[in-house]
Amino acid sequence: MDRAAVDTSIRSILEPFNKKAVAVTDATTFAGDLEFDSLTVMDFVAAIEDEFDIIISMNQQAEIERYGQLVDAVTKMVAE
Amino acid sequence: MSEGMMQADQPQELEGEGTDLFSKFDTTIAMRANLLASGVEDPFSLVMEKVLSPTRAICNGRDTILLGTYNYMGMTFDPDVIEAGTQALREFGSGTTGSRVLNGTYQGHKECEDALREFYGMDHAMVFSTGYQANLGIISTIAGKGDYVVLDIDSHASIWDGCALGNAEIVPFKHNDITAMEKRLKRIPAGAGKLVVLEGVYSMLGDVAPLKEMVQIAKDNGAMVLVDEAHSMGFIGDNGRGVVEDAGVMDDVDLIIGTFSKSVGTVGGFCVSNHPKFEIMRLMCRPYVFTASLPPSVVATAATSIRKLMHGSNKRAHLWENSRRLHGGLSELGFQLGTDEPQSAIVAVIMPDLEKGAAMWSALLQEGLYVNLARPPATPANMTLLRCSLCAEHSEEEVETILGMFERAGKAVGII
Repeated sequence: MDRAAVDTSIRSILEPFNKKAVAVTDATTFAGDLEFDSLTVMDFVAAIEDEFDIIISMNQQAEIERYGQLVDAVTKMVAE
Repeated sequence: MSEGMMQADQPQELEGEGTDLFSKFDTTIAMRANLLASGVEDPFSLVMEKVLSPTRAICNGRDTILLGTYNYMGMTFDPDVIEAGTQALREFGSGTTGSRVLNGTYQGHKECEDALREFYGMDHAMVFSTGYQANLGIISTIAGKGDYVVLDIDSHASIWDGCALGNAEIVPFKHNDITAMEKRLKRIPAGAGKLVVLEGVYSMLGDVAPLKEMVQIAKDNGAMVLVDEAHSMGFIGDNGRGVVEDAGVMDDVDLIIGTFSKSVGTVGGFCVSNHPKFEIMRLMCRPYVFTASLPPSVVATAATSIRKLMHGSNKRAHLWENSRRLHGGLSELGFQLGTDEPQSAIVAVIMPDLEKGAAMWSALLQEGLYVNLARPPATPANMTLLRCSLCAEHSEEEVETILGMFERAGKAVGII
């Protein structure tokens, strides 16, 4: 699966969590721009994990602040 | 109390390029100031001037029924427990001044571990200075780099801190969700070490974990299982061994963590296990090694209390009656509760928000009732809760009195 396909898939998962319909770019931050709290993060991460059949541990999540970083990380995991 | 705690956002003028490291707490300082400005008594600085019994104290000058302690089995004033502590204090002194692995293991510490082994019917028992340190120490020590810890998202702070102290990969799953747990276990790379961390009773809502199913799934996927039974010891299970006993999975669980600061009625923590290599923990576990051991009086009271809890079936039965009556009564009054039916000695009353919760807490205190006010981030789903924890020493009449207090306070604050 290439980066564009992962991006499309994550975008549709993100939609219901993006309550204020913020325009999402690679630079969008989860904590700041999207105002995700820890519970939202858990539900959002769980949805992505289930979609791609991967684990994104909290250690890995700590390195991901922006939307683009998430797409990169998932693309890499799916390729492995 | 100093005035400073009430003042929001007044960073000190620092010389040069310095930043006030305390400025990151300004939001919390402001929230606290707003709450107190509404006229409620400060929920987080209550002082008990006198403690009359396991269920009554003089709080802020008022005779108060205690419904927010973890004194589930009411052991704190048990005459045998007091006598054992007094004797140990006289014979062994006020403290050990040393680590368990150096000069801090007295006869009393061994006897306390013997009592735990007997209570749980397990081969090994290790006593820590607090329950917090037991979780911190065991989790951070056994789950190392490259291992995976799979845990419930509503786990206690001591479990999260144990994860943070270690180097394992941390994978949380949705509260009590068996499928979510199983999916995550199955995705862990082959060959990696796996530890599943669960609690018997989750203390915020007082709900119980589906341990029968979860422990089986963990075993089927090659994981070791640690269960924290802090809020069930002495009360749940035929012998008070906790939810693991009630669910019939004692033999499948690798490690049980517990505390002396709840049903046992003093302070301290422990881990019991049948693992053949368990004793090496005494040398490897830093929160066990690098702290002073419990005072002789504390381990003496704990050992006596644990042995009495083995024969506490009448008290257990009365505590269940209290829990059922309080849960049923509060439901009838129209309060929203954390569980549909009573599952433990904790009954959590869900408040609409922090302001109403604090007002209700304050109104109850004026009625002469103490409950726990729990607020985010300690609570799941950012809820504000009034947590009621019952004691086996609450009388039937006291529970009725408590319901009357809730009715009056709830109407005055406009919650029911």
